[in-house]
Amino acid sequence: MAEKIFKVTSESGIHARPATMLVQAASKFDSDINLEYNGKTVNLKSIMGVMSLGIPQGAEIKIVAEGSDAEEAIASLTETLAKEGLAE
Amino acid sequence: MMKVLEGIAASSGIAIAKAYRLENPDLTVEKKTISNIAEEVARFEAAIAKAKAELETIRARTLEELGEDKAAIFSAHLLVLSDPELLNPVKEKIETESVNAEYALRETASMFITMFESMDNEYMKERAADIRDVTTRVLAHLLGVSVSNPSLISEEVIVIAEDLTPSDTAQLNRKYVKGFTTDIGGRTSHSAIMARSMEIPAVVGTKSVTAEIQNGDVVIVDGLHGKVIVNPSVEVVAEYEKKLAHFEAQKAEWAKLVNERTTTKDGHHVELAANIGTPDDVKGVLENGAEGIGLYRTEFLYMGRDQLPTEEEQFEAYKTVLERMEGKPVVVRTLDIGGDKELPYLDLPKEMNPFLGFRAVRLCLEMQDMFRTQLRALLRASVYGNLKIMFPMIATLDEFRQAKAILLEEKAKLQAEGVQVSDDIEVGMMVEIPAAAILADQFAKEVDFFSIGTNDLIQYTMAADRMNERISYLYQPYNPAILRLISNVIDAAHKEGKWAGMCGEMAGDAIAIPILLGLGLDEFSMSATSILRARSQMKKLSKEEAARFKETILNMRTAEEVVAFVKETFHIE
Repeated sequence: MAEKIFKVTSESGIHARPATMLVQAASKFDSDINLEYNGKTVNLKSIMGVMSLGIPQGAEIKIVAEGSDAEEAIASLTETLAKEGLAE
Repeated sequence: MMKVLEGIAASSGIAIAKAYRLENPDLTVEKKTISNIAEEVARFEAAIAKAKAELETIRARTLEELGEDKAAIFSAHLLVLSDPELLNPVKEKIETESVNAEYALRETASMFITMFESMDNEYMKERAADIRDVTTRVLAHLLGVSVSNPSLISEEVIVIAEDLTPSDTAQLNRKYVKGFTTDIGGRTSHSAIMARSMEIPAVVGTKSVTAEIQNGDVVIVDGLHGKVIVNPSVEVVAEYEKKLAHFEAQKAEWAKLVNERTTTKDGHHVELAANIGTPDDVKGVLENGAEGIGLYRTEFLYMGRDQLPTEEEQFEAYKTVLERMEGKPVVVRTLDIGGDKELPYLDLPKEMNPFLGFRAVRLCLEMQDMFRTQLRALLRASVYGNLKIMFPMIATLDEFRQAKAILLEEKAKLQAEGVQVSDDIEVGMMVEIPAAAILADQFAKEVDFFSIGTNDLIQYTMAADRMNERISYLYQPYNPAILRLISNVIDAAHKEGKWAGMCGEMAGDAIAIPILLGLGLDEFSMSATSILRARSQMKKLSKEEAARFKETILNMRTAEEVVAFVKETFHIE
C-alpha cells in the first residue's frame, strides 16, 4: 500500500478537466486507487466519484493505492498533479 | 404536398436539401424480467462499446474543427462510459434482479443524476446534464433507436430542430449542413448569430417546422426572406435554383469589393468593421475585407470551460487577433458576462432580472482580480497592433472613471515591471443604456470613442426583453425614439472631436445604413458576412443627400413611417 497527501493549488479546484486527467492517469494501473477528501472516499478511477467530491482550491486530499503497482501509481499521479498545476 | 412556412430570416442565403430532424428520440424504458443474464450483460457491454465509438468520432471531429477546449467535454463523457462506479452497479443489478439492461442503466444513472442535481452548485448541476447526455446515448443503442447527432451527419441536409443549443450548433459540419430551421429563436438568438458566422442559411422562429417536416422531405431554406418550403414542386425548385444562382452571382460581384475602401458616392469614407468572438473568426474578417474589428466579444474566452482563462491564455488570444489584423483597428470589449451569458464556475446567485442585474462592468468592478487579469493581458498584447478597449454596460460616468483608473493602474504596474505597453490605446465605452445615451455629451468629454450596442439599447429603451417572442414587435430599431438616442450619441461625440461607432445587428442592416450614414455614424461594425453587401450599398449612397433627411426622419412618429420613407427614398427592395 502507498499513500500521499496533496494540497490542491488549481484555481478552480478539481473539476471536469483536471478530474478527467486524474482519472485517466489512475486507470492505467492495476492497483485499487482511492481518493479521500473531507471524510469521503471515492474510487479514483471513477470520473463521477471524483467530480461528486467538488474539491475546491486549497483542499487537502489523500490518494491511497493498494496493489502490485501501488508505489508506481502514486509516483505517476504525483507527477500528473504537479505537471498540470493541480496540486502539490 | 408543397407547404410554405414563415419564420425569421436569421442568416442569408438559399439552401435546398433533404430534411434531417435533430430530435430527442423516445426513450421510454419498461422494466422486464430476463432469463439469460449473460446475454443481457453482453448486450449492455455492446451498447457501451457503440456509444464509445460514436463519442470517439465526435471527439476527434470536435478536436479537429474547434480545438482542444471544446473536445475536452467529450473526453469526460468517454470516461463516464468507463466508470466502474456506473458499469458495475448496472451489471450487478442485471445479475441480482434479473432485469433488462435498459432498466438497470436508467435506475443507476438516475441515482447519479439526482445526486449531482441536488448539489448546491451550478457547476455540479450541469454535470447532471452530462451524465444524462451520455446515458441517453447508451439507452438509445439498447432500445435500437437512433440518437440525433449533428456531428455524425455525413450527407447534405437541412437540419430541422425545435431549437439548437450552442453545442449543437458548434457540432454542425459546414460541408454537409446546408441550412437549418427551427421552431423557436429570433435574429439575435445564439443559433442565429452562429449561423451567420458559419455562413449557413437559416430561418428561425417558424413555430412549426418540427411538426410539419419529416426526415427525408425536400426542404428549401430561404434565409433571405425567412421562408421554408417543404416538398416544393419541380417549378418551385427550379425557381429557387435560379434565385440561388443569382445570390451566388451577387456574392461574386460583392467579392470584387474586398480590397476597396468604403467610400460613398460623394467621396466620404466610413469604416466598415466586423464583430468577432474568437481569434478563429479573423479569417472571415479578412476574407470579407473588413477595415477593422469593431467588437471583439471576449466572453467566449471564458465560456464553455470550467475555470477562468489565465492571463497568458488571454494574452495569446489578443496578440493573435492584433497580429493578424496587421495594424487595423481592433476594438476589444472587456468581459460582458451576466444577463443571458452565465459562467457556471463563478457560481453567481440567480437573479430575477438578469439583464438588469449584476453583469458586465458592474461585475468586473466588484470582481477586480478577474478584471485586472484581463486588462493586463490586453495591455501586454497592445504592442502587437492597433488596440482600442471599451467597457460594456456603462450607466454612470463614475463607472467609466473607475474602470479606466483600474486600467491605468495595471498599465503603470506593467511598465514598472519593465513590460512594454502601447501609449496609443484609445479607451471608450459601449452605449447601450439609455442613461448613457442621454448624457452622451458629458461622457464624450472623457471617453475616446463611443460604440453603440443596439441590441441592448433597444431592449432597455423599449423595456422589452429581446428573448421574449410574445413582445418581439417591440424590438424596433427604426423607432424614432431609438434613432434620436443614436443621433444624440453621434452628435455628442463629434462635438468633442471623438468618433462614434455601432456594433449591434443594426449596423449591417440595409434599411438602417442610409439612416445611420445621414446621422453621421463613423464606424459600422457587423457580422463579417454583411461587410461586402454593406460596402456595395454604401458606394451607391451620398452622405450629403442622406444627411438632408436627418431631421425629417428624427421627426417621424412611428417605426413603420421611417421604414416606408427610407425604402421609398433610397430604393431599397
